[in-house]
Amino acid sequence: MTTKEALINYCLRIGDTSLILGQRMSEWCSNGPVLEEDIAMTNIALDHIGQARTMLTYAGVLEGKGRTEDDFAYKRNEREFYNSLLSERPNGHFGDTVVRNFLQSAYFYHLYTALSSSKDELIAAHAAKSLKEVTYHLRHSAEWIVRLGDGTDESKNKVQTSINEIWEYTGNLFEMNDVDTLLIKEGIAINQTEIKSKWDKTVDEVLERAKLIRPTDAYMQTGSLKGMHSEYLGHLIAEMQFLPRAYPDAKW
Amino acid sequence: MNYTKEQIWKFLAEIPDPEIPVITIEELGVLRDVEIQPEKVIVTITPTYTGCPAMKLFEDEIILALKNKGIENVELKMVYSPAWTTDWMTEKAREKLTQYGIAPPVKGTQDKGVLFSSGSKVVKCPRCNSENTTLKSQFGSTACKALYRCNDCLEPFDYFKCI
Ligand SMILES: [Zn+2]
Repeated sequence: MTTKEALINYCLRIGDTSLILGQRMSEWCSNGPVLEEDIAMTNIALDHIGQARTMLTYAGVLEGKGRTEDDFAYKRNEREFYNSLLSERPNGHFGDTVVRNFLQSAYFYHLYTALSSSKDELIAAHAAKSLKEVTYHLRHSAEWIVRLGDGTDESKNKVQTSINEIWEYTGNLFEMNDVDTLLIKEGIAINQTEIKSKWDKTVDEVLERAKLIRPTDAYMQTGSLKGMHSEYLGHLIAEMQFLPRAYPDAKW
Repeated sequence: MNYTKEQIWKFLAEIPDPEIPVITIEELGVLRDVEIQPEKVIVTITPTYTGCPAMKLFEDEIILALKNKGIENVELKMVYSPAWTTDWMTEKAREKLTQYGIAPPVKGTQDKGVLFSSGSKVVKCPRCNSENTTLKSQFGSTACKALYRCNDCLEPFDYFKCI
C-alpha cells in the first residue's frame, strides 16, 4: 500500500462517517420533538454533509480518476463504505439519537483537535474548520444528555437504556489497521489510542454530571475498516442513493 | 486584462449575501483574494460553514458579476485555511446586521466551554438594546445563527453566532 492509497482510505473513513451521520440526522427533518430541536438537528445534518463533501472530494483528487464527491456518495455499494458502525445506528427515539451523536461528536472533537496539526495540509485545514462546527454538536448533545439523565425517572431510564444498548458499537471508533500504521509514521494520521483516552475522559465527565452509569466494556462490534456493516446501512444507502440511481446524471 | 486587481475586487465586494442581503461577501470575509493571470482571473473564497448552502450561490454570483464586466475566464478557488471566523466581520457589517434585526457576533470567537456553554456572554437585543436576553437554541434559521429571546420586549431574534 502506498501513502496515497492509505490516505484515500483514511479520507473515506472520516468522510463516510460524516455523510452517514448527516443522512441519519436529516431523517429528523420535520420529525423533531419541538421546532427548535427540529432546526438544530437539520443544521447538524447540514454540517456533517458539508464536512463529508470536503473529504470525499479530496479522496477523488488523490485517486486521480475523475471521481467526484457525488460519485463516492451515490455510486458505491454498502461494502465500499468505511463509516463508523456508530454513525449508521438508527435514530430511535430522541434520547437514542442524542446518545449516538454525543459518542460520535466527542470522538470527532478529539480527532479534529489532533488532526489540526496533521502533516497533510488539507486534512489539517479540514480538521481545524470542522472542529468549530463539531464543538457545537458536542455541546448540544452533552447538554441534552445531562438534561435527560438528570431529569425525570422516565427520561433517565430511557437514556440509560440508550447508552447500554449502543455501547458495543463504540469500540469500533478506535480500531486501527495498516492504513493507520503507515499514516501515523508519516505524521498524517493520529494514533487512535490517544483519541480513546481523551474520549474516555469526556464521556466520563458528561455521564457523571448526568448521573448516568458508564457501561463496562464487553463484546465490541467490529468490521467497518473492512467495509463490513450492520443491516441498517444498506437501507440507509438505498434511500440516499435512490434518486441518482433511478435517474442517472439528473440535474437540478 | 482590461481591469486591475483593485477594480475586480471592487466588483466582487458589492455582491450581497443571499440570505442576509444587507451585508456583502467582502464584509462577511468570504472573499479572500483576487489574482489576475494572463489567461484568467482566480478568485479565492472560503466557506463560512462547510455545509453552507449559500456557497454555491456565492460562486454563481461571482461568475455572473465578472461575466457582466466581460471577464469570461474565471477560476474559483476554495480555501479552508485559515478557517473562517466571525472575527473577520467588519465593524460596518456588525452595525448593518443590528439594524437588520440580527444581533452581531460578540467578539472573541467561540464560547470557551466545550461541553457546556459558560453562559457568560451578553447578547444584546437588536430591537430594544436590552441585555436581558435568553439563548433558546444554539441552532437557528441558518447554519450561522442561534436563536435568542428578549426578556424585555419579548421578541425572538437571531444571533450571528461566533465560530
Ligand atoms: Zn428586546
